[in-house]
Amino acid sequence: MTQPLLKIDNLHVTFSTRRGLVEAVRGVTLAVEPGEMLGLVGESGSGKSVTGFATTRLLDAAGRVTAGEILFRGQDVTKLSGDDLRHLHGAAMSMIFQNPRSALNPIRAVGQQIADAILTHKRISKQAAHAEALELLRAVQIRDPERRMAAYPHELSGGMCQRVMIAIAISCNPALLIADEPTTGLDVTTQKVVMDLLADIAAARGMATILITHDLGLAARYCRRIVVMERGRLVEEAAPTTLFNHPRHPYTKRLVAASPTAHSRIEDLVTEEERGPYAEIVRKPKLPQAPGTPPLLVVQKLAKRFDQGAAAVADFSMTIAAGESVGLVGESGSGKSTTSRMICRLIDPSEGDIVFDGQSIGHVPSRDFHRSPFRKDIQMVFQDPNESLNPRFTAHDCIAHPLKRLVGLREGDALRQRVEECAQRVGLPLDLLPRFPHQLSGGQKARVGIARAIACRPRLLVLDEPTAALDVSVQAVVLQLLDRLRREDNLALLFVSHDLNVVRMLCERTIVLRNGVIVEEGDSRALFDNPKTDYTRELVEAIPHIEIETKLAAAAL
Amino acid sequence: MTSTALRHSIWILRGNPLTGVAAAGVLSLIFIAIFGPWIVPYDPIASNVSQALLPPSAEHLAGTDQLGRDVFSRLIVAARLDLAIAVSAVSLSFVLGAVVGSFCGYAAGRLDRTVGRFVDVMMAFPLFVLAMAMVAALGNRVENIIIATAVINLPFYIRFARAEVNVRRNLGWVEAARSSGESHISVVLRFLLPNILPAMAVQMSLNLGWAILNAAGLSFIGLGVKPPTPEWGIMVAEGARFISTGRWWLVAFPGLALMLAVLCFNLLGDGMRDILDPRMRT
Repeated sequence: MTQPLLKIDNLHVTFSTRRGLVEAVRGVTLAVEPGEMLGLVGESGSGKSVTGFATTRLLDAAGRVTAGEILFRGQDVTKLSGDDLRHLHGAAMSMIFQNPRSALNPIRAVGQQIADAILTHKRISKQAAHAEALELLRAVQIRDPERRMAAYPHELSGGMCQRVMIAIAISCNPALLIADEPTTGLDVTTQKVVMDLLADIAAARGMATILITHDLGLAARYCRRIVVMERGRLVEEAAPTTLFNHPRHPYTKRLVAASPTAHSRIEDLVTEEERGPYAEIVRKPKLPQAPGTPPLLVVQKLAKRFDQGAAAVADFSMTIAAGESVGLVGESGSGKSTTSRMICRLIDPSEGDIVFDGQSIGHVPSRDFHRSPFRKDIQMVFQDPNESLNPRFTAHDCIAHPLKRLVGLREGDALRQRVEECAQRVGLPLDLLPRFPHQLSGGQKARVGIARAIACRPRLLVLDEPTAALDVSVQAVVLQLLDRLRREDNLALLFVSHDLNVVRMLCERTIVLRNGVIVEEGDSRALFDNPKTDYTRELVEAIPHIEIETKLAAAAL
Repeated sequence: MTSTALRHSIWILRGNPLTGVAAAGVLSLIFIAIFGPWIVPYDPIASNVSQALLPPSAEHLAGTDQLGRDVFSRLIVAARLDLAIAVSAVSLSFVLGAVVGSFCGYAAGRLDRTVGRFVDVMMAFPLFVLAMAMVAALGNRVENIIIATAVINLPFYIRFARAEVNVRRNLGWVEAARSSGESHISVVLRFLLPNILPAMAVQMSLNLGWAILNAAGLSFIGLGVKPPTPEWGIMVAEGARFISTGRWWLVAFPGLALMLAVLCFNLLGDGMRDILDPRMRT
């Protein structure tokens, strides 16, 4: 048995905050072998990133290692200082951060930045460093590296920036790479390419990697060993197959269940207690539509052109029947947000028409639509729950606002009752209603956002990536909630997302959008099982699944 | 609601006692401004040449000036005028600037560009010279000092409000307000404006000190309040003639009053941001 490269022993990290000391990591013990890729998985607040930061000695000034040791090649990292510490950063271990764009210096060419990293640790000439930087850009498979050397971060896409970050991180051949959510925020296809690249480079150079992520599927695809953290503690450590097939710890069980797979149904995502009356509702068959019922929403040849330049959306047509759920899928820049806002009548289409309940609403200017009788029938749930609530409104005010404006209720018992009823429907505890958004958790804010959208009993709900910013266990509960509302109220859902697993579960039909044009549409299951176009196939294949055989089996050969 | 706000304010003050000192300073300034004329020991205008140019003593705390008027009494009475000019000028530019700036930041596009260039032109002017020109053209009256001070402040408020609204205009809760049936105008006035108020309040408080200095400056060069009205700027201007003969109290005390007033407003501005920001409320 060789000595592990990194050995963390009973690590405790404490942060001093305004409300006293908070223990972020409480006794983590783990080891990383040379050349291994270890997955460190947990939800927000689990202490996974703090563990990574403590290992690289990049902890925030408020954080302190209070107990335990971090042995890197037998040397305690927590006691290093001066030159030893400088050598540790970059040359011995390096880190890849979540948001590549903010981690790069915006006013320096990327080639320069890679050369800077090399020059910090090696005594070589500038020319030699430049040549090495070029080599690195080639290694991270950036096309046309000679030209990209002089590019600035804003001229590169998110995926390209992350490749540059990887190039910087591997520039001095570190023995350990810590990747903190390296692909969160990237499109699913880019995510796959970047992660494949990272895995290949690590394998080729014999670097050990700690992959910190909230995405079990991603960790399962690339790691042979996964460590699960919850509230600063390590709860389970196992190989992916064991972890998914026989999770032992209750938290891991919940996490595994909540992570959507290719075959999971919404009711599978949550535990028995959380499911509650939902099981009954799902079993009830859907009311058959009377034949000849016109669809609730008809969108005809919708197009949007911004001031100058190409169309953001072109020739977009679709229909939704009452009680139907339709997924709108695409990568960033595909025009899905623009489309959803046009249907929601927040922005005006350049061409085409929107017919709601038999009446054309596409030609009502969006600035006057707040007076339309249909305003309360079309409501929207916004992407980031942290930004979708007015910071000066309490949860009660947020939910009451549309009721006051669109239903005409006044402050009083009737209004309070309606608000409480909405809160109950979305599972928001009533004692949270007087709180301000910053006093609520992400999941609670998401519920307030949904409660606000359903307050006026709309007939069409447009959801713009409502779960993208949420932890998987919260996402599972929110998805179940949405599906229940659809079934109970015959509410039509237009679900905009880049997460295909989620769309597959929630939506009966799916529309795939690329560069503002519909690429493919059809029944969700059929579309995902047998994609007709290459683009859809690429999207489907890029989703990290918990079926782990593929990648690992390939690597074993 | 009110009690939690009060408790929160006390909590903030405990963490930052300087804010408490500044608040006490501003409060006593306001008290002096209101009740000044009734609490002064001497008539601030009546001259008494036999008592001229006396140094500070127990009888005349800040000495007397060339006409034998008590400098301390004049300082106290002047607070009302200086404060009134500063508060009305700043309120005027705040209201106008916040509204215009918010609409510019929200609408972007042509309105924003037009107003933006206009603001640029104004800011390219030496602002104090602009104020001098305005007072000279409009006439040497208190209203005109207020208008001039408000106008030269306006560009800062417009820019500030514009930038603050601009970063918020595409946030989810703004769009949510629209889908809850608000028009563009009410989104700006009832949703965005209240949200930028904490930041604006800080700006206002800092600006009050500056406005006091500006009004005093105008009076100092003879384009403001006319003697014998007590006003800190004129007092400094009149006293400056005697500084070479060692009568320092004529300049030092009004200067000190100005400095303390400006300092209090500035410190209060920083403290106010902490109190008004709802994210700090726990």
